[in-house]
Amino acid sequence: MVGKIEIQNFNLWYGQFQALHQINMVIPAGQVTAFIGPSGCGKSTLLRTFNRMNDLCETVHLAGKVNLNGMNLYAPNVDVVELRRQVGMVFQKPNPFPMSIFDNIAYGPRVHGEKNKAALPEIVERSLRQAFLWDEVKDRLKEPALKLSGGQQQRLCIARVLAVNSEVLLMDEPCSALDPISTLKIEELIFELRPKYTIVIVTHNLQQAGRISDQTAFLLNGHLIEVGPTAALFENPQHQQTEDYITGRFG
Amino acid sequence: MFTTKAKEQLALIILGSIAILTVAILVITLGYLLAKGLPSINWDFLSQSPRQMGRQGGVFPFILSTFYLTGVALVLAVPVGVGAAIYLAEYAKVGWLTAMVRFFTEILAGIPSIIFGLFGFIFFVIMLGFGWSLLSGGLTLALMILPTILRTAEEAIKTVPRSYREGSLALGATQGQTIWKAVLPSALPGILTGIILAVGRAVGETAAVLLTAGSSVLPPLGLLDSARSLSVHLYILAVEGISTEKAFATAVVLITLVLIINFTATKLVRRLTPQ
Repeated sequence: MVGKIEIQNFNLWYGQFQALHQINMVIPAGQVTAFIGPSGCGKSTLLRTFNRMNDLCETVHLAGKVNLNGMNLYAPNVDVVELRRQVGMVFQKPNPFPMSIFDNIAYGPRVHGEKNKAALPEIVERSLRQAFLWDEVKDRLKEPALKLSGGQQQRLCIARVLAVNSEVLLMDEPCSALDPISTLKIEELIFELRPKYTIVIVTHNLQQAGRISDQTAFLLNGHLIEVGPTAALFENPQHQQTEDYITGRFG
Repeated sequence: MFTTKAKEQLALIILGSIAILTVAILVITLGYLLAKGLPSINWDFLSQSPRQMGRQGGVFPFILSTFYLTGVALVLAVPVGVGAAIYLAEYAKVGWLTAMVRFFTEILAGIPSIIFGLFGFIFFVIMLGFGWSLLSGGLTLALMILPTILRTAEEAIKTVPRSYREGSLALGATQGQTIWKAVLPSALPGILTGIILAVGRAVGETAAVLLTAGSSVLPPLGLLDSARSLSVHLYILAVEGISTEKAFATAVVLITLVLIINFTATKLVRRLTPQ
């Protein structure tokens, strides 16, 4: 299997505390991979290694390799800024900037030096259409993004990532702050974005993982317990801990 | 023995009276000033130069000088203060350097203005040879307001939600772009509030300005000309017993100026604050 992202013998520490132990897995291109596990199991930390957001925390150190398109993300010559353009991220709480809808979407292209002013409206429209938000906001692009509902804000944040032509989309519990209808819209959106994007989603919602992902990885206390095709993992888990978790015995 | 309810009511009455007293003091002071000052205010007072050391004529050059002095101080203190705040809030690792800067800022903020005046007089006026001038006065005022600007700006930058920074960095913005485009616009209202406080302090400052900018009655034509601010003029009119009426009139102009600045700035801050 050719992986978009390949994780080899990866360990990560916050100061003295080891948050990830010897992780080995492959994230296939054009598929949806879900990370499940109880709070504090390391799934968000693992997600944040793919765009090196963990770098922001000074006490973090790590060992092992994470390859994107066959290149080690943590090699000394890696341009973190360029990496984060390729690997976009959507956060748990929608975090639009306190500016207009248009400026939010145009933020990425602008910081990446999109000189052609005329191209921006096109990029904004394309990204909003891709995120199924265009029809709801096309008449009020100049309005503050913070006036949108929570679900709309989250789709705006997804559109904002799409506007910089990312290849990989990381989602850190993107629906945990949303109502069921908004959640459904995000799930439909994730479905549409595949296979053009490689999507990795952290979720607390096992049904969600079951509905939207092709592959699921179960983490516990910083260890990758099991990874496999979603249907197989849910129907026929290979490890007792996985079974206990997905049947609701803990977590 | 009082019942609980009676105690509650008593407390309410005491607190209410204190609140009314506070407002009353303000109203009486302002009313007294206006009653004494307003009769002498007319267009000539605002637009003319003083005659006979201020016994006659107006305060136009002093209004100008007040603006110039405050302007020079802001031009010097705002970039330094906001720059230092950005460094402390966004770049500096917590350590001895940040601790030192904070320690000295606290001390600087607590120094009485006359000491700034004395320092400015010795250092800018005499040692650097700037003389009694807009430049010496502006530099001294800049030192005085720097801590206010730095601390309020740092607080404003720190209260910008972490999620804005993460969102921006995750889109592939550099740290500089993130600060400039995502953090500073959100911190701007807070930074402006600090600048307004600083302006209030600079406009009203007397001792430090008297010692460093001098008290020329002529309008300053350049940075090295001596200048008399409204508050210095007010001080001289009162202390030298030149004219009580003109002193009160000057006070009214000064207060109005401060109110106008505050009012405009508050409006601006409100317009810049995202809903």
